Amino acid sequence: MSTSELPIHGTVYGVLLNAHAEWQSASTLMHEVPYKAPPAAPVLYVKTANTWSEHGSAVPVPADVPAVEIGATLGVVLGMPNTHGEPSHVRGFVLLNDVSLPHSVQAQGFYRPPVKFKNLDGFLGVGPTLLPAADVADANARTLEVRINGSLRQTVDLRQMRRPLAQLLSDVNDFMTLQAGDVLMLGLDICTDGPDAGHRPHARVGDVIEIHAPGHAGLGVMRHTLVAAPALEMPV
Amino acid sequence: MTQHAAYKHARVVYQGHTFDATEQNGQLLLADGRLVAFDQVQWLPPLAPVARPRTVIALGLNYADHAKELAFKEPPKEPLAFVKGEASFIGHQQLTLRPGDVQFMHYECELAVVIGRTARRVKKEDAYDYVRGYTVANDYAIRDYLENWYRPNLRVKNRDTCTPIGPWLIDAAHVHAEYGDPMNLALQTTVNGQVTQSGNTRDMIFDVPTLIAYFSRFMTLNPGDVILTGTPDGVVDCQPGDVIVTEIEGIGALTNTIALAPR
Repeated sequence: MSTSELPIHGTVYGVLLNAHAEWQSASTLMHEVPYKAPPAAPVLYVKTANTWSEHGSAVPVPADVPAVEIGATLGVVLGMPNTHGEPSHVRGFVLLNDVSLPHSVQAQGFYRPPVKFKNLDGFLGVGPTLLPAADVADANARTLEVRINGSLRQTVDLRQMRRPLAQLLSDVNDFMTLQAGDVLMLGLDICTDGPDAGHRPHARVGDVIEIHAPGHAGLGVMRHTLVAAPALEMPV
Repeated sequence: MTQHAAYKHARVVYQGHTFDATEQNGQLLLADGRLVAFDQVQWLPPLAPVARPRTVIALGLNYADHAKELAFKEPPKEPLAFVKGEASFIGHQQLTLRPGDVQFMHYECELAVVIGRTARRVKKEDAYDYVRGYTVANDYAIRDYLENWYRPNLRVKNRDTCTPIGPWLIDAAHVHAEYGDPMNLALQTTVNGQVTQSGNTRDMIFDVPTLIAYFSRFMTLNPGDVILTGTPDGVVDCQPGDVIVTEIEGIGALTNTIALAPR
């Protein structure tokens, strides 16, 4: 797949359980085995380069995967230099779709790292454009709409994040320095009502996914189609 | 007589410039033909730059004895893997920072596999054809920060300066010709000259071909991607000033010194 047009270049990090609603829904299990305590520091994961799907491209879904989760968020793209995560070092923002095989706190899916859920080829939709930081006063003061085959399935309110951007950057840079070009997701949320209540929207082969931020045309509209790919038939 | 180990590749900074180098007569033969002593250069990770971020997969609990040490109750059905950012890599003979307020920071001597060809749905029996070479990694962990969420969490495993790698990338063809495959190599770690960890790659639960087959089933591995294959039994706390040498037979000895983090 061609990635010449991608507005991202560095390592892409996601953050687990940053939304209040998802935290709330997981909270009763946080003290149970295997978790034993709520997470204290940001829990991160990497969306490797093989996952990147340029805007407009098809996202392959293995035949033995019944549905995938749609993870709409905004990625903050770091500029240089970044020493302490000051907002002035943010270069811009891009729409992201952190596609994932469904895994849940209840099924102990948050205990081990999510490589086999989140790092499948094509499983990160990348928006069409980078919105410069100068055009964004408060990255968390916006909503994202997720449409599947034209119907609205989720509205993600980025104000509902436990660590807003400045704090997230600060808490992450406390243990690892984000590099120029690296991308940090602001966080994913779950649906609180409708057919996807309690989890992120689920989508299947043939579905067309559209994500945009109303009122922020500079981010564009990110569109991907899920297409059938050979079954994984994991050998191990 | 000139002994040129053309199968041993390094990347070094010499007088402000970055060079690819090989070993000749116990010195570094720079790509421009100059021969310089090991201690005249700064060693970088022995990995050629790549256009997109390098995928770095690291294995947990991949040695039977280490798994036992960490109280694994039954043999794992699939690899326990996490992904790191390559920004945690540093070269041979550099400093790794230990925060002042932690109790348990330990090395992990690991065979690192560097991918040489785009690997997608590779069969186990073909897996070695996709390997560019092998090097040594020391995948430090700070256990104070361990949380049971996507464990081992990146605060434990993805810290600045905490993944020394090198000094040499050894051509896969050389290792395979010399040893058959990389699955019977002795590993050893010393702390200030005392042996604290010793093992053998034959004790991996999931061997190199199995790992390449497993990951490439769902994620394409690209040239320059790295798999850190896990560490055996025998990890101990490391304090500022300690000199840690992680060594793998036929691959190299990677030296690293612990320093106190400034804050």
